[in-house]
Amino acid sequence: MDITWLINGLYSIPILGLAFQLVGYLVAILPGNAATIMLQATPLALAAMTGVICERSGVVNIGIEGTMLASAFTAWVVGIAVNPLFGNPTGSDIFGITMPLLIALAAAVLVAVLISGVHAWMSISLRADQIISGTIINIAAAGVTGYLDQLISKSSPVGAGEFAAFQPPDALTQLPVVGWLIAMFLNQGPIAMSTVFLVIGLQIWLFRSRWGLRTRAVGEHPRAAETVGIDVIRLRYQNVMIAGVFAGLAGAFLSMEATNSFQIGMTIGRGFIALAAMIMGRWTPIGGFLSALLFAVFLEISQLIKIAPPSGDLGGVMTAVPAQLWDALPYILTIVVLAGVVGRSIPPAADGQPYEREAAT
Amino acid sequence: MSAGTPTAETRDRVSTAARLWSVVAVPLAVIVGSVVLGAAVILLSEPLIPGKAFDPWLWVTAYQAMIQGAIGTPHEWLAGDFHAIVGTMVNTAPLVFGGLAVGFGFKAGLFNIGVQGQFLLGALGAVTVGVWLAAAPAPVAIVCATLAGMALGAAWGFVPGFLKAFSGAHEVVSTIMMNYIAIQLLAALVSGPLKVPQSPQAITYDVGNAAWPIILPPNGHLGILLAVIAAIVVWWILFRTTWGFEVRATGANSDASRYAGMRPRLIIVATMTFSGMLAGLAGCCVLLGVTHSMTSSFGTTVGFDSIAVALLARSNPILIMPSALLFGAMRAGAGLMQIKAEIPAELVDVIQAMILFALVASPVIRRLLHADPRGERHTESAVASVGDSVP
Amino acid sequence: MAGLSGTIQAPPLEMRGITKRYPGVVANDGISLDVRPGEIHALLGENGAGKTTLMNVLYGLATPDEGQILLDGEQVRISGPADAIARGINMVHQHFMLVPVLSVADNILLGEETMANRVFLDRKEAHRRILELGRSFGFEIDPEAKVSTLSVGWQQRVEILKALYRNARILVLDEPTAVLTPQETEEIFVVLRRLADQGHSIVFISHKLYEVLEIADRITVIRRGRVVGERRPTETNEDDLAELMVGREVQLTVDRGVSNPGRPMLRVSGLEATDDRGHAVLGGVDLEIRAGEILGIAGVAGNGQDELVEAIVGLRKPTAGKITLDGRDITGSSPRALNETGVAYVPADRHRFGLILPFSIADNLVLTSYYRRPYSRGVLRDGAAIERDAISAVERFDIRTPSVTARAATLSGGNQQKVVVAREFDRDLKLLVLDQPTRGLDVGSIEFIHKQVIAKRDAGTAVLLVSAELDEVLELSDRIAVMYRGRIVAVLDGPTADKNEVGLLMATGGAARAEAATAEVPA
Repeated sequence: MDITWLINGLYSIPILGLAFQLVGYLVAILPGNAATIMLQATPLALAAMTGVICERSGVVNIGIEGTMLASAFTAWVVGIAVNPLFGNPTGSDIFGITMPLLIALAAAVLVAVLISGVHAWMSISLRADQIISGTIINIAAAGVTGYLDQLISKSSPVGAGEFAAFQPPDALTQLPVVGWLIAMFLNQGPIAMSTVFLVIGLQIWLFRSRWGLRTRAVGEHPRAAETVGIDVIRLRYQNVMIAGVFAGLAGAFLSMEATNSFQIGMTIGRGFIALAAMIMGRWTPIGGFLSALLFAVFLEISQLIKIAPPSGDLGGVMTAVPAQLWDALPYILTIVVLAGVVGRSIPPAADGQPYEREAAT
Repeated sequence: MSAGTPTAETRDRVSTAARLWSVVAVPLAVIVGSVVLGAAVILLSEPLIPGKAFDPWLWVTAYQAMIQGAIGTPHEWLAGDFHAIVGTMVNTAPLVFGGLAVGFGFKAGLFNIGVQGQFLLGALGAVTVGVWLAAAPAPVAIVCATLAGMALGAAWGFVPGFLKAFSGAHEVVSTIMMNYIAIQLLAALVSGPLKVPQSPQAITYDVGNAAWPIILPPNGHLGILLAVIAAIVVWWILFRTTWGFEVRATGANSDASRYAGMRPRLIIVATMTFSGMLAGLAGCCVLLGVTHSMTSSFGTTVGFDSIAVALLARSNPILIMPSALLFGAMRAGAGLMQIKAEIPAELVDVIQAMILFALVASPVIRRLLHADPRGERHTESAVASVGDSVP
Repeated sequence: MAGLSGTIQAPPLEMRGITKRYPGVVANDGISLDVRPGEIHALLGENGAGKTTLMNVLYGLATPDEGQILLDGEQVRISGPADAIARGINMVHQHFMLVPVLSVADNILLGEETMANRVFLDRKEAHRRILELGRSFGFEIDPEAKVSTLSVGWQQRVEILKALYRNARILVLDEPTAVLTPQETEEIFVVLRRLADQGHSIVFISHKLYEVLEIADRITVIRRGRVVGERRPTETNEDDLAELMVGREVQLTVDRGVSNPGRPMLRVSGLEATDDRGHAVLGGVDLEIRAGEILGIAGVAGNGQDELVEAIVGLRKPTAGKITLDGRDITGSSPRALNETGVAYVPADRHRFGLILPFSIADNLVLTSYYRRPYSRGVLRDGAAIERDAISAVERFDIRTPSVTARAATLSGGNQQKVVVAREFDRDLKLLVLDQPTRGLDVGSIEFIHKQVIAKRDAGTAVLLVSAELDEVLELSDRIAVMYRGRIVAVLDGPTADKNEVGLLMATGGAARAEAATAEVPA
């Protein structure tokens, strides 16, 4: 049966026509950029994991943005400092790994854990307002990295380079239908590639292990956890700092895997978008990861529209919008998600509430 | 300086000095401590400055330069030159508006981190109308441009307020997103419709007659006076009007205020709008008072500084003035410090961060927000029990 | 467990001369207490007498300033809940310590996990043990059920299972019957008896005299942190215990006098409403209160009482039905509009809903009227008028405070509630809605508030009283409406109502109706 008339008819309705063109454009362009989308999704997903672990334990961490920024900076600076000590080595075949890169990565993670420890101290021990504590971390990270960057970049130093992406054989990536998926997850550097495994592992850990059960209890009803002998304060500290590892990886990813240098404010709000992804994913690791992928798609679209705008009416409409407004798209989406989804998803009951031991002496 | 609630007036007069001390003791200790630590940071930074011998007294040079940049020298004063002090006041004025914006939000239990975005929108409104009325009679141009800035700032605060009240989107994340959107919007407009066509770079026309008049030469504009008036008006609203009572009640316990017949959602929207308007005024202050035109990279540190100003002043509208003056002076003096001591002006950011950390470490700050600012995430959920935050 | 039931050896638990001081108050002043194997030992005292502090000491949540704890005659130092549990002491708290979103099994496992290996849980084995344990006490429980879906009676059982899963030999129950119906209370008593017969030692904390008399083998009464007497149920009675507990002769019931109901004041017909998650919780409520009458609502918590109250006072929009006040339709009116037409409301949770704790007493007293004359002129507040009226209210309602500018947070619970009562009662009213008006208060405050309520009724106000304390409802109400699954299933005459009958109605909705209800809601 010939339905061309129907399709032509639908296309002639202006909005609907554009919508069809949009779907066509996305189908055409997204699979080819799957690897880049994963690149965008990695820091969001890792940061969302930080959020999931913290909030499941009852601690709101809005300082993820700053923690990432500090880690990105640390990775870069340590790379600069360490690289000459090892005689500026060239990368190995797998992922272009060098000793300086590994040390830089470790330093980035360490700094993130330390910063998370500060957040834990302020919000758990001092029982400071957790939002303010996180905000201060963001302000401090922006300020300190900005100051040091000004100092250091005067001598235009050279960093330790970056992790290289693994190149899966063409035979695999050229496979019909699934080839782009393989490229998406395998044509990646070490941090991006391990993200999927970290997410799955965390999901299992959170819902099947002793640690997971206790973590969820502490985030929902800390007093109940304490009455069965769980050390609420200690577990929260521990979890916030473990969560810091993920933020550290996310930050290191930005300055050692996605790029090979540090720029002031290079996190551009990813720490906050990750919180939206966490909420959208209903505080589960896998949900957070999938939401991060969705945000990544939008981040990528906002770039692709500038590089390779679609043809036809749609292209006309899209290029008429100033490029800067396309850059605002992920942020607008974040607000829409918060406004639309949050109303219906329920955070852990004790999320953000400082815990005070009963009658502590 | 009466800073208490209306019913606090019966307190002992004798204890006024003691009360004042209890208010300023912690902030003073925090500031002094942070300045000392700042000196340590300078010393530690020295090895990083290329081609410079280690100077154990560099921090003295740096702070001297900063102070000189902020207030000038006795020599200058004797010559009748007060440009440094006026410069500090010019830097302070937008911080007063911004600090009031953040502080007013705090009083309602809301954390408006969106001052930066509302500030940009305020400037955008002011420049748009200002350029349009550049040749109109000055009073008309000034009033219209300022009102436009206030209106756009208010609108940028209204959106997250509305979303918070009616869909539960948390204001902290949504205001930050609004900041990023504001940056992109501003860039799009300044390099698009607002751009001077012949200019090689993205810049708008001058606001001409819409510029705020100078009241203190060489460059002390009307905003300095307006900032003082604004602080007093905000204090008056908070502690003398029924609306202010509603705002404080909602901030302290939104459930109880709802049960008492107030309407927390409307109060949230109104508070965010009012807060955005104050931030918009900060934008007007910089644009109509200082730059008079806008480039695509327009923006200052007012957004973040405002948070520090409000926290240091514990959201008290009157105390926000000295608090803003401190940061205004540091910002004003940082330029000269960078020139004389080769220490980046961003040192102020580091000192500011240390002040903030120290403030949190002092238990005082804990009582600042009477309720959980994360607030009602899903519509009917409760703000954290007030009992938790009150010892 | 036979080894536990020896009679000659030292008692499993003995507390000697426990003293615990907090700034400005001695919570426990040399309290001694011992429990024998197989014994149910009741600790009787009114709110604030020091019962909870004593148990916190036992549970390692508070360190005593003086005194010793002996287990099986050996002095021990209990460092925290984990230590207490390890020594066989378990506590069932007044507010259940269960995580609502987790399953029964996860709640029982928490802290004492059955592991398949070092990392992962062995849920299968845990389920088996839980089922077995439940059966040994005569009930069948689904380990997979979410705790939030269980009735309070079943949650209580989960709490007890939690303790048994940890091999508790000393079980402390803090006000375990506060939220139960009389029938549920009986069922729990059966379980407790069985536990005691197996050799467990049970400390039963309560302020309800008849319960203590029924269940305990021995009763220790404390008042203001001191032991004031020890009795056996056979050698005492309610009046004796009440006097010991309060320190003076008390009237166990208020003199409610005779009501003279006037014209119908509040009329609710076919009222339907949903809860916060959109589930229908009120399925057509009909009720009427006349002027000068107290209508009490009896019901197990969570049967729609909260939503009913919220709908009447304007905090919740009904989805169907009609509410009239003195003949005027007030359906969907705002709280403020209702307040202005003479509706007053004392909410259940005074900290969360009734007061703004960081605000002064004066400001709390004008929380509903701050915008009206004389407290405001236009947009301006009149601080002098607010303070003047506050001083007068503090005197008339006997609120103990150094000054009206003191923060509400600095007051005791009783005085805080008096602030709410002063605000809500101190004007002409048509309708007074009381939700748990005396929860957690001392006897003196309770008496005071009850008298005020009666006075309001006698002045011609219609009073709606909701309370989880069935005793309070029975004591005050002229008529009692029993609420079950979002409906009023029966209305009884207050002075003649039989407690067990009311309890049965609360638990089942009445036999015939119970069937209908289960048919309606296929589980």
